[in-house]
Amino acid sequence: MTDASAALGELTEISSQIESAVLFDAAGKVLAATISDDRAQRVATSAKALLEQAGQIGGGDLMQVEASTGQGSLFVVKDATTVIAASTSAEPTAGLVFYDLKRALQAAAKPPAKPKPKAAAKPKPKPRAKPKPKSDGPA
Amino acid sequence: MGRRKLLALGFAVGSLLGIGLYARRGQEGRDRVDLYFADGSLVSLHSDSPEAAPLLLHARDALRAATS
Repeated sequence: MTDASAALGELTEISSQIESAVLFDAAGKVLAATISDDRAQRVATSAKALLEQAGQIGGGDLMQVEASTGQGSLFVVKDATTVIAASTSAEPTAGLVFYDLKRALQAAAKPPAKPKPKAAAKPKPKPRAKPKPKSDGPA
Repeated sequence: MGRRKLLALGFAVGSLLGIGLYARRGQEGRDRVDLYFADGSLVSLHSDSPEAAPLLLHARDALRAATS
């Protein structure tokens, strides 16, 4: 399992509001998803188009979008290289969903953990020589 | 008697249709898009805004794909 898949798995596990999530790159290529490949690609294409069109409004650097409809809500959050889109049921707690999505993006962006080099075998400590009982000398 | 029943039935069906249409209209009226920018500003576009229409179209496409 890749880091991206693991991040999405954890996301849907911890957030009861998120029904599905798709992680994709700036070109719209799906990196990981909790739904089937063809559906994930359709979500990525629509979410990318939504971001591009929304980016022309306001003039600033768009970071996240929430679209609320009668069918449910779509959340889109982006960072420098990747975008995550998630669907929820109607009227979710937006702040919580955004927080979970940002955490998932960070987790997915983490480089894979390198296996730790094995520590050199420590030399076994030598058993201490028993101190000789002090002799008080001849009585 | 039959005419009265027919009138009552027509009234009931009409009322139900009216309630359904009202509820649907109310739901569509709640559709909106919130845009959050890096500088902390927020732009909220309601469904009656011309800028929101294409964004909601993409959002509905994505939601349809996600839930189908």
